[in-house]
Parts: sequence; structure tokens; C-alpha cells
Amino acid sequence: MVTANRTWDGAVVYRTAKQGWSTELSDSAIVTTSDEARALLAEATADDVGAVGPYIAPVELKDGGKVKPGNLREHIRAKGVTIDLQVPA
Amino acid sequence: MYAYDELDRTLINERVSEFRDQVTRRLSGELTEDEFKILRLQNGVYLQLHAYMFRVAIPYGTLSSKQLRRFAHVARRYDRGYGHFTTRQNIQFNWIKLAELPDALADLAEVGIHAMQTSGNNMRNVTSDQWAGVAPGEIEDPRIWSELIRQHTTLHPEFSFLPRKFKIAITAAEHDRAAIKIHDIGLRLHKNADGETGFEVLVGGGLGRTPFIAKTIKPFVSGRDILSYIEAILRVYNQYGRRDNIYKARIKILVHELGIEKFAKEVDEEWKAMGDVGLTLDHTAIEEVRSRFSYPAYEKLPHMPDELKQAAHDKLFERWRKNSVSAHKVQGYSIVTLSLKPVGGPPGDASAEQMDAVADLADKYSFGEIRVGHEQNLALPHVAKRDLPALFKALDRLGLATPNVNLVTDIIACPGLDYCSLANARSIPIAQELTRRFANHDTADLIGRLHINISGCINACGHHHVGHIGILGVEKNGEEFYQITIGGRADENAQLGTLIGPAVPYAEVADVIEDIVEAYLALRDRPEELFVDTVKRLGVEPIRERVYATR
Ligand code: SF4
Repeated sequence: MVTANRTWDGAVVYRTAKQGWSTELSDSAIVTTSDEARALLAEATADDVGAVGPYIAPVELKDGGKVKPGNLREHIRAKGVTIDLQVPA
Repeated sequence: MYAYDELDRTLINERVSEFRDQVTRRLSGELTEDEFKILRLQNGVYLQLHAYMFRVAIPYGTLSSKQLRRFAHVARRYDRGYGHFTTRQNIQFNWIKLAELPDALADLAEVGIHAMQTSGNNMRNVTSDQWAGVAPGEIEDPRIWSELIRQHTTLHPEFSFLPRKFKIAITAAEHDRAAIKIHDIGLRLHKNADGETGFEVLVGGGLGRTPFIAKTIKPFVSGRDILSYIEAILRVYNQYGRRDNIYKARIKILVHELGIEKFAKEVDEEWKAMGDVGLTLDHTAIEEVRSRFSYPAYEKLPHMPDELKQAAHDKLFERWRKNSVSAHKVQGYSIVTLSLKPVGGPPGDASAEQMDAVADLADKYSFGEIRVGHEQNLALPHVAKRDLPALFKALDRLGLATPNVNLVTDIIACPGLDYCSLANARSIPIAQELTRRFANHDTADLIGRLHINISGCINACGHHHVGHIGILGVEKNGEEFYQITIGGRADENAQLGTLIGPAVPYAEVADVIEDIVEAYLALRDRPEELFVDTVKRLGVEPIRERVYATR
């Protein structure tokens, strides 16, 4: 898949098959060859107004077609920080 | 406190309007990201993993209660209710939206706060001792000089496109709390044999991929010449510094490659050739800046007030007082450090509620002033000793009285892979786990002064090279691993740590650190011998043997 950060707020977004962006990993266009990945990236990069810094990132396809982030960095981007944020108030 | 003049206020406000226009043009597509990136970086705006990050300068670590309240407001209104104090007297907001950034910047500008030069290849926030102006035995308030340098270098065209970022730190006390030896230029105020005040100038310190401890380039430069001497250093750097390779671009590499003698000669020649470029600071210029710093009207108070005597039977208070309260230059007053390192909490984070409450406490007990130190803690610099018991109670309720200042759980940690787009590995959860392992304050007291510093990558924002124990996150086959060094220090005897053994996986880091601490406890020759002194006396080997024998 191709991921980036949305321009106006920096949120993590994924390139969809409909040439848009979604905040849901499950909406992302999944490609399996490097040519397809390059094409997807080129198409995403052309949308400089929508999102910043697109790159190709790995996913894991689970049984039943569920999409999971392919590494820890993408896991953190998808799910948020891994820490308990509670600063005592 | 320092009062900005009209020029500063105009500059800051103009900067906000300019940035607002730039953001509008970016959001409309008129500016591409490539065009916009340098502009946002000039205003402290980075793009991190989940959001934009906004870094705001706290010049020489001095804040008014009004300014701290404004940070709380920004955290609440534009972010997720907290901020992160960094190792360079900045605060970072992690979840800010680009579209709202101009408003946040405008709100900060109203209280004289800005984000200029908190990123990019320019002169960064000039940092100083967080106890400046109140530390006993200080030569004079180093912030006067920080401010003079800040004024001279802010938006200076020659320093706005340096080969790389450039950091200056100043200390005027015997004990270096500003870590001047790991800065591009470190300045130590002292008096020469004639009683004249000036600076020992150190150059070429820095951490990152190729760490160096700064070397003395000139033992004494008088105050009036300091701007021109710094300018000469920067000119030599601008001329010879590598712009072709980002890893070789810092001044430390140039100093290392030329050698300090040759570098010093180049600077001296440049300094002479510059002649009088109008940078000599006359008495009036120095006094003008000095007069803009105001100091509290201290009362004449007893050294040992009754309130303190009465509170001495309260064990919790006494433990906190011994740990977090330090001597002040004025009798009857203290400097109080507020630990932002609660057990299990992310180091250096403060919630909006805490910031507001600390601002109120500063008004009540510290003449409305707060300090921020590079260790990622806050301080109230002018607390009357009679108020200490009441202050302790209030801080305790806020979770800001953890008695762990300078102890094993007072961990310096960068944001790491939980936030930072450059990270290899996480820092914060490692710190949190360590604070849980050493949560018992009696044990921490027994261990004594021990600084653990954690960075999530080789950029070393957590200063791991100079931690008594340094932890560096690396990546091995997609997994988080950590290299551990021991024996580093960031003070006047600054030194880089030595690798103790092979990198260990995430899950084992806390065990290894516990083993290192146990080895130290077994090997120290008396309870007063600090961890870092034991390592110095014995070297790394005996500790390595004990820690890695069974691994
Ligand atoms: S040390 Fe690396 S991971 Fe940590 S904040 Fe700096 S760049 Fe990010």
C-alpha cells in the first residue's frame, strides 16, 4: 500500500483504489508487484495538495482478507502511540 | 524575567502573519510541499508519524506564569491536552493541525513566545543553565549573554543557511547544568586574573552519528568581544563546513578534521581580518539588555524558618526536600525542581492541567517565574523556604513531587518511534518500564545519582552518549534492539560512554539495566561512590563480565 500524512492536519492516510485518501488501512489499495507499487506511488505523489510524503509500506494480509500493518512503524502509525499517555492531572 | 522590546514584538507578530499566508497558500495548493517545507521548518513545524509537530522555543529556559498558561491553552485548544519538554529548552506539541497552526502561533505571540529557529540549518535556541540568576556562586547571570547572542543571530542572513543546525549553550556556574561540552559552541563565563568577566570558548561538541566532546578554542574572550568572536567562528564554519554530506556538515567534523589548533588559527585570522565590524559590545549595550531582566524583590528571610523545622518530621516532605530542593543565592530562598518523571509516565510530558497549576504555584510561591532544564524537568527558581511545606503538598497532588531528581528514574528520553519519523525504536516505553523497575525510592536513593539517557536513533536527541547509562535504539531485521553504553556524562567533566556489549532486544533492556545497576552496587567501594565514578575507576570490563556472563 501507499501511505502519507494528510496535508491539513497531518493525519495518517492510505491511498485508496479510487484515487483518494482514507484514514482506514482497510480502505487502502493493496498491490503485490513492484511495478504496481511504483504506479500507485506515482499517482499518489501527484496529489501534493491532499497528502504529504507518500511512500510504499508493507502490509500483512490475514486470512479472510483482513489487512494488518506490515511492520512496527506502520503499526504505530495505524494504531497510535504504544504507551500509556496518562500524565497525572 | 526578560521584557521584550517593541522591535521583538513587531518581529514576532509579522512572522505570524507571514506564516498564516504561507499556510493558506499551501492548503490551497499554491505552494507545493517542497516549497513549503523550508518555510514550515523555519517556524518549528515538523511532520512526524501521526501528525505535525510544533516546536516552540523557551529562550534560556525562562518562562513567566502567563507564558506557561499559554502553553496549557495551546495544548488544550489545538493539541491533545499535553506538551513535551525537550532536552533543548523547547516544548513540543505532537498533534497539532497545520490548518490551526497560525492561530496557535498567534496565541503564543501575544505572550512573546515564538518558534523561530527551532528547526532548520540555522542558529537554534541559545540555551543556558536553568538556575541562571539564582545559583549560588554564579559569576553573573548567563542569560544576559544568551539574550545578546539571540538578538544578534535571530534571522541573521549569514546564519540562516548554515551547513547544518548550530547550537550554543552558556553556563556561569561551576557545575555545568547546560551541557555546554556537547554543543557546537559552549561558553563558560568566568573571570580572568584581572577580574574581568569573559568566556572560555569551547567548540565542536555534539552527539549524533559522530559524537565529540567540545574542545577549548580560547580560554578567555572578554564579554565585549564575544559576538565578534562567535561571528569569526561561524564565518570559518560557513566557509569550510561541508554542505555536500549531511553527516559531515556539523562544525564538530570540521574541528575534528582540521584539528583544534588549526581551526583556532583560522578563527583568529578571520577575527583579526574582520576588524571592527560594529560587533564590539560596549557597556551601554550590555547594560541595556541587563536592565530588561527583572529580578524579584526578595525579602529578608531567616535561613531556617519555623515552617521548615516543623515539617522536618514529615518523612515524605523531607525526602522530597533533600532530593528536589537546592540552595539559592539569596538567604531564605530555594530553587525547587519539579520532576516531570513520574513512575510510569513519559519523561518530560506535562498535561495542560499541570501547566496551569504550575503557573498558579509560580504566581503564589516563585514571583511568577518557571524554569525549564535540559533534563526535561521544570523548576521554580525563587521559593521562600517557609513556603516549601505548602508547595510540596500542592506539587504532590499534581504528581509533580516525585523525589527522583538526578536519580535512576529521572530518565532523559526522546520521543522515539512512538512519535518520531526518524526513529528506529521506541524510547518512551523503555523509560516507563525502567521507572517501574526502580519505583522504590529507597532503592533509588541507595543507588544515588545515576543518569539514564535514551535515544530512539543515532540522532541522539536523548543524549544517550553522555548518559551514565546510555540506551540507543537500533533496528535489526525489522526488530527493535538497543545498544547500551556506560560511563558517559554531560557535565563539566563530559565524556562519551563506552559500549558494554552486544545490542539487546526490546524485552531484555530493563533486565540488562537492572543487572548493570546491581553490578555497580556490588563493585562500588563505598556508598558515596557514584555509578559514573565506579565505571571510571574500574573501566567497563568488570561490569560487562557480570552483566553478560549469563547472557
Ligand atoms: S533521537 Fe532519533 S528517534 Fe529520538 S527524537 Fe531524535 S530523531 Fe527522533
